[in-house]
Amino acid sequence: MDNFFNDTPDFKFHLEHPIVKKIVKLKERNFEESETYDYAPLNHEDAIDTYEKILEIVGEICADTISVNAEGVDIEGPHIENNEVIYAKGTTADYKALYDAGLIGMSLPRKYGGLNFPLLPYVMAAEMVARADAGFANIWGLQDCAETIYEFGSEEQREKYLPRFNRDGATAAMVLTEPDAGSDLQSVKLKATFDKEKNKWFLNGVKRFITNGDADISLVLARSEENTTDARGLSMFIYDRNDHAVEVRHLEKKLGIKGSPTCELVFKNAPAELVGKERFGLIKYVMALMNSARLGVGAQSVGIADAAYREALKYAEERAQFGKFIVKFPAVYEMLTNMKVKLDALRSLLYETTRFVDIFKVYEDVSSARSLESEERTEMKHYSKLANVFTPLIKLIASEACNRMAYDSLQIHGGTGFMQDFPIERIYRDARITSIYEGTTQLQAVAAIKGVTTEVFLEQIIQYDSEILEDSPTRTKLQKMTAKFDIIGKKVIETNNTEYLDFHARRLVEMAGNIIMGYLLLLNSQRDEKFSKSAKLYVNLVSSENNEKFDYIDNFEIENLELYKLTQVEILKAAEELEEV
Amino acid sequence: MFNTNTTKYLNMRPLKIVVLAKQVPDTRHVGPDAMKPDGTVNRGKLSTVFNPDDLHALELALNIKDRIPGTEITILTMGPPKAADIIREGYYRGVDFGVMISDRRFGGADTLATSYTLAKGIEKLAPFDLIVGGRQAIDGDTAQVGPQCADKLNLPQVTYVEEILEIKEDEIIARRRLEKGIEVVSAPFPCLMTVHGSSPACRSRHAKRVMKYKYARSATELRSADEFMIDLHTKRPHLTIPEWNVEDINADVEKIGLSGSPTKVKSVENIVLTANEAKLLNDSDADIEMMIKELIEHHTIG
Repeated sequence: MDNFFNDTPDFKFHLEHPIVKKIVKLKERNFEESETYDYAPLNHEDAIDTYEKILEIVGEICADTISVNAEGVDIEGPHIENNEVIYAKGTTADYKALYDAGLIGMSLPRKYGGLNFPLLPYVMAAEMVARADAGFANIWGLQDCAETIYEFGSEEQREKYLPRFNRDGATAAMVLTEPDAGSDLQSVKLKATFDKEKNKWFLNGVKRFITNGDADISLVLARSEENTTDARGLSMFIYDRNDHAVEVRHLEKKLGIKGSPTCELVFKNAPAELVGKERFGLIKYVMALMNSARLGVGAQSVGIADAAYREALKYAEERAQFGKFIVKFPAVYEMLTNMKVKLDALRSLLYETTRFVDIFKVYEDVSSARSLESEERTEMKHYSKLANVFTPLIKLIASEACNRMAYDSLQIHGGTGFMQDFPIERIYRDARITSIYEGTTQLQAVAAIKGVTTEVFLEQIIQYDSEILEDSPTRTKLQKMTAKFDIIGKKVIETNNTEYLDFHARRLVEMAGNIIMGYLLLLNSQRDEKFSKSAKLYVNLVSSENNEKFDYIDNFEIENLELYKLTQVEILKAAEELEEV
Repeated sequence: MFNTNTTKYLNMRPLKIVVLAKQVPDTRHVGPDAMKPDGTVNRGKLSTVFNPDDLHALELALNIKDRIPGTEITILTMGPPKAADIIREGYYRGVDFGVMISDRRFGGADTLATSYTLAKGIEKLAPFDLIVGGRQAIDGDTAQVGPQCADKLNLPQVTYVEEILEIKEDEIIARRRLEKGIEVVSAPFPCLMTVHGSSPACRSRHAKRVMKYKYARSATELRSADEFMIDLHTKRPHLTIPEWNVEDINADVEKIGLSGSPTKVKSVENIVLTANEAKLLNDSDADIEMMIKELIEHHTIG
């Protein structure tokens, strides 16, 4: 079968972005580790060559193992045996293949057994794995937790836990959600108590919907401060599975990503280690963890979108009706082309966001070893600001888009797509969770709207426009879209009504996202001509979409907000009356 | 998740294994000009790959290394300078050392001359416990080189190996995959095995090993390398792949290359198989005689 890296030339293209040079240089501290480690890169070209070679291994494993096992994993799923989660056979084989290739803990420093990869190639690997099997992508992607231990754990904790990832193939879990604390994590109740005699923390309580909950190493959000009810009473802990103090009570039966175990856990006086400082659990550490998980879901969504597109194209080229292949019908080729240009746009946004996060994170890491120059500090702040709004943006846009693309792909398959005969049936189900977990689309809109109110998006759009070398009808369209976005954004903001802003948040964020992706494609076309078509068609598509949103907001009467609320009250009232009867 | 190393072989003496591997034309991607008009393979037009069965042999060796810590694997290949790819691939997947046998004078070798050459190379790698190679190469399909090597080295041989069942202090027990079933055999060390394609597929390249060995170059390759590469090889001598010539392995010039190859290709014909029924013979003398007669009549042999 094809290699998932080699059959997607866009990966190389995005690795060649001019700013990557800066990322690699910082990440590799000017390549000084090549003196200590004979597998560390010697220079920039060497590093890029290495990323490509390693991604080729990932691509091979995705094509030959993970995608082949995906159907079996979906059918078999995990189960509980003697209080232990047993993965589907294919899942274990997938993980073993990646482990054998040394691909666990890719972004960790070499000191802890990692490959010291920047996020950019790591996220590319995540995209490929998700294209092969979106459910499995969770299990592999949770190695992000190692990153959090590296960032916030003590040196002792780093040395104790981090080498286990690459050496032993340790798995990880983020243990946050509880029955009454989903989107609203500040109401987490799981109790952490410090036993002075034993000089140790102990965890008691229930967690729910925990992906890969029976992992070797878990990061647990718990209430360490008695008599508190808000975020400031929460701390983060490491729980080591070797302590056998957690019961896996239940595995959820799910619509999709069936290979990824979703656990209900009961912590029974489970010993745990505090990460960082007390009370910073949610406000600092989980926020960082969630941000990387959101980028991960962005990658997962783009992987799913790619899989959906390829399945649709393959089917349309093979299926004949009315004496010709269905790919020849306008209704079908329009859908396919729109899928392709959206995919190009999503991938551009994904790797743009990843580069922002990369620079900001690498500066943060460098700053723990030496103080940054003032220029570096300014740059770090700049990219941190961008990363903060681009991360929820890619999570929102990509997750919604992959659902839409899975829908269209299934549609192209017709009745056959509804049956379990083709992978699209699974892809369609797997896509559904992406707009829900790690913060719903609605929550991402609340986070990303800051990009509108602070004008970070607008400034970045203006920056992109200044990098365009030539005038073109596409650029003119984008400029018009930008002007309208600016007008309508200000119109909403100037009402000074946060509820009204929240009401339109998703629309405004999506408008910004469309413009940004349009510009990114246009900028891509300056480096590679093949993106010109995508840029043109994508901007055609979204400029009318933005016009629609503009009209909706422009014609919206703020007083009408009450009508929406009223409806809710009326429904509730009606329901109450019904109960009384 | 995988820190469950079995302790079974922990106290076992580490083995020394030699893997024989060949670079072959990639017959899975054959283009229209893969053959010259005279019917011989147009090697220049075909991309090359690691012979598939040899990858299985490599996995078998790596699997033993997983079980017995400290086991040392050397990969040995004979071929033109380009065959250094085989050594690099071996390094990427987990071997400890790689050696090439490369010299123009080895060119044109048939299985006899090849096995002689390889046997001389293997002798130079002594002492060893186990030699493994693929059952056969996809460019010749003879399956002769492994057995001939064993014969020349006076080693016991086990062909068609599918799995190593057990390793003891001085013997190794393997399962063979035969036409009509399996056979479990034991062989004393040192011995030679050829590995069947039904054995586990070779593991992927290992990320850190790729990073470490991607600049491994043979002496020939280094001659046309840039300064960066030469400097690197001075700093990291383990990256230089030894290349043995006729003298290095003390080979008799008469027994190598074309002069050591009694096989002469008279002509090559395109054969379209038309027989639609199979004939089943047993191992009685009568049946064998009948078959030989038939083969002579059809000029298949003789």
